[in-house]
Amino acid sequence: MVLTDLNLLDEALGLHNQKDKPLPLCGRFVLVEDCVDTSGAFVLHHIIKRSLTSHPSSSVIFLALSHPFSHYDRILRKLGCNLAAPRDNGRFSFIDMLMLQCPEEGKPNHAGLAAIFEKIERVISTLHPDNKKFVTVMIDDISLLEVAANGSSNDVLDFLHYCHTLTSEYGFAFVALDHKDIYLNEERPALILEVEFLADILVNAEPLATGLAKDVHGQLMVLNKDTQHRHGISSIKIHNFHFKIKENSVEYFFPGTITMS
Amino acid sequence: MASAPKTRLSSSFSRTSSSSSSSLNPHLKLGPNATTFISSGIPDLDKILGGFPLGSLVMIMEDAEAPHHMLLLRNFMSQGLVHRQPLLYASPSKDPKGFLGTLPSPGSSKEDKSRKISHEEGDLRIAWQYKKYFGEPQLNNNTNNGGQHDYCNDFDLRKPLERQFFSGMNVDCVSILDSPNLDALQDRCARFLSQFSRNEVSISSVGRIAIQSFCSPQCKYSNMEWHMLSFLRSLKGMARSSNAVVVVTFSPSLLPPSCSKRLQHMADTLLSVRAIPDEDKELAKLLTGYKDMVGLLNVHKVARLNTQVPVILDATTFSIKLHKRRFLVLECLNQAPVDGSSGSSYGTSGGCSGSTKTGTLDF
Repeated sequence: MVLTDLNLLDEALGLHNQKDKPLPLCGRFVLVEDCVDTSGAFVLHHIIKRSLTSHPSSSVIFLALSHPFSHYDRILRKLGCNLAAPRDNGRFSFIDMLMLQCPEEGKPNHAGLAAIFEKIERVISTLHPDNKKFVTVMIDDISLLEVAANGSSNDVLDFLHYCHTLTSEYGFAFVALDHKDIYLNEERPALILEVEFLADILVNAEPLATGLAKDVHGQLMVLNKDTQHRHGISSIKIHNFHFKIKENSVEYFFPGTITMS
Repeated sequence: MASAPKTRLSSSFSRTSSSSSSSLNPHLKLGPNATTFISSGIPDLDKILGGFPLGSLVMIMEDAEAPHHMLLLRNFMSQGLVHRQPLLYASPSKDPKGFLGTLPSPGSSKEDKSRKISHEEGDLRIAWQYKKYFGEPQLNNNTNNGGQHDYCNDFDLRKPLERQFFSGMNVDCVSILDSPNLDALQDRCARFLSQFSRNEVSISSVGRIAIQSFCSPQCKYSNMEWHMLSFLRSLKGMARSSNAVVVVTFSPSLLPPSCSKRLQHMADTLLSVRAIPDEDKELAKLLTGYKDMVGLLNVHKVARLNTQVPVILDATTFSIKLHKRRFLVLECLNQAPVDGSSGSSYGTSGGCSGSTKTGTLDF
């Protein structure tokens, strides 16, 4: 499928480079970071849409801790992507974990997270072999996973490591959201540092330094650790741009180049 | 003119409000993206936010030095009781039931006040507050004149609520002072919310939960950071699937910064209140009507249920004033012309164009 409406975010994520594979995020780990003032959830929505429309047999496994299905369904429908149909035919697996609480009583702490990973593996095993080629695993969001695990960040880290192995083992894309400002004051923010290290692409959503504006909702910094080693040196590409979120699309533009319509 | 606000609906996907509002309970208001609002109990806050959407978690960050959060909480609770909506109230005091005696009673001052202002100084105001008439937050697209009073009352802070409103069966008070953990409260909330679980057809009843000073240090669980977080997470999860609004106040200064940030992320709507120092000459010079202010209200986050679009308000800081020492009003901070007059209420100047004075404002 040819994508015609590529924007700056697609370019920064490397989605424009579709020569080799329909979903260039395959085999990569994308970490989206945001803060209280600026939510980065729209990046997840964008990647869901791109993943589902990139190839007729692509699929998404979504671990939802913050919102029910109806929330995402309504947003994605406005973006022009129906989630109900792919959910019914198994291309969009929505794992509702809003009420998840681990450890359950009488079980060790990591058992709950292990159960979630088993659930993911079960979903993967039930996928049609055709649908297994372009899978995106997505978590919204890591900070709530920590709360569900009662603050045991080592267990969460183990869980994320397991999810990360999916990228190398099956060539899946792994996308996760976390809130960066939570860890700012911690003495040893092991979790976020380690996850940032693991990530191939970091997407950082921030408010404008100059404050609130009607036309610009914030800025994105996309750090793409390129895996293609040219002459033995891996290159890191950084993209900076502003965005404005609308109901049916998000506008991306370089600072100062907003076009008023 | 009456239809003008409706045309401002930004997306064609938004539900048009006119179709089903007639069958709707007058205490509810349809918002964008299939959300339904209930009133916060403060008319001006409803004009700013539209109200609180059902299924959302509203958090109010307290100021350690002033009890302004109680003003918001009282009005929220009173509004629910006046509308006969069941209420669950939890607080770290010995006798939470006694708090019900301090709730304000509905009064009516708005009419004569707004009329007076629009007559006396309406013409002068328009010149510099003009832009507000265009930039009214999209949320108030469906307040029609008739329904507005049913939706939200003015509360007279000096008149206690009549007993008949809270002597019935629909008020549940919980003290969280002596409980070793939050499991009991969680069960109470789950039982309470199960009355309002959502079915797609219609909303028969609406519940309100108010939790005051959630992490206060006299509670036994106050050092169990993760326990409190997971309580709120499951409370939010339960609220999402029910026709209820949960308001929680907490004091961020009593919590570790990371825990406070986590709470802020969990909130759908995040507000904070701040006291203003008594004799701050600098500030007094800067702001008109400084002497009437009792505090400041900040809007940090507006609920985004079923949408990814952030709500950008014209202003995020409002001054809290007591009109005639009785009625709570919120105002934009006015720095503009330094004249002696006190600013007018957000509602009257902020151009809720559906009120009676629209005739004089035809552009």
